[in-house]
Amino acid sequence: MRYSQKGMATVENKNTAANSGSQPVSQPGAQPGAKTSAKPGAREGFVYLPLIAGWLVPGAGHFLLRKWGRGALLSASILAMFVLGLTMQGKLYSNAHEILDILGLAGDLGNGLLYIVSQILGLGAAQAQTTLADYGTRFIVVAGLLNVIAAVDAHNLRTGRKS
Amino acid sequence: MGHTFFQPSHFMAVVLFALFASIVFGITQRETPRRMIRYGIYCFVLFVGSTIAISWLMFLVAR
Repeated sequence: MRYSQKGMATVENKNTAANSGSQPVSQPGAQPGAKTSAKPGAREGFVYLPLIAGWLVPGAGHFLLRKWGRGALLSASILAMFVLGLTMQGKLYSNAHEILDILGLAGDLGNGLLYIVSQILGLGAAQAQTTLADYGTRFIVVAGLLNVIAAVDAHNLRTGRKS
Repeated sequence: MGHTFFQPSHFMAVVLFALFASIVFGITQRETPRRMIRYGIYCFVLFVGSTIAISWLMFLVAR
């Protein structure tokens, strides 16, 4: 198993807590005699904030968790990929009629505010007419997909699934 | 059609794509900095290497 389930609300841990008998149980999965302490990744507040912030602004989820180096690298990479895609006259998907357009739009939406602001400013080409513009379109879509991966990573850091 | 501001070669486009994707993969798929760097380099080499290999394959098939 990749992630440790120690202390999590699993069936196994609940059974352990139920079988502990006379021991006072303060939380599910607590070991007898162990001090009650929060996990390092567990903090107060809205759990999904890093996920949403990371989706809207690349790297913001990691910045919220004070992972400055990781956030800066993720932000720079995703931002550079998106901007390079636009400067190569890549297409920004706006309306989806075919299945490939729907997939492209889903990828573009992964860029969050970058995509919304670019649409408002009218950036990007209406159609990719050259090979380079086609590369640019892929750069924009993949930047969105990478941003989703980065936002999920921030969520995993927030919940303590990843250190 | 608007002006294209950035016109990289095909190979440069591959290298840039591989670089940015590898950075994100390295940071998100591994936990310690050392393993992040190693995995990022591994992804970059695979991206660029497989592109070169497939390009040669297509060139030889087309002849």
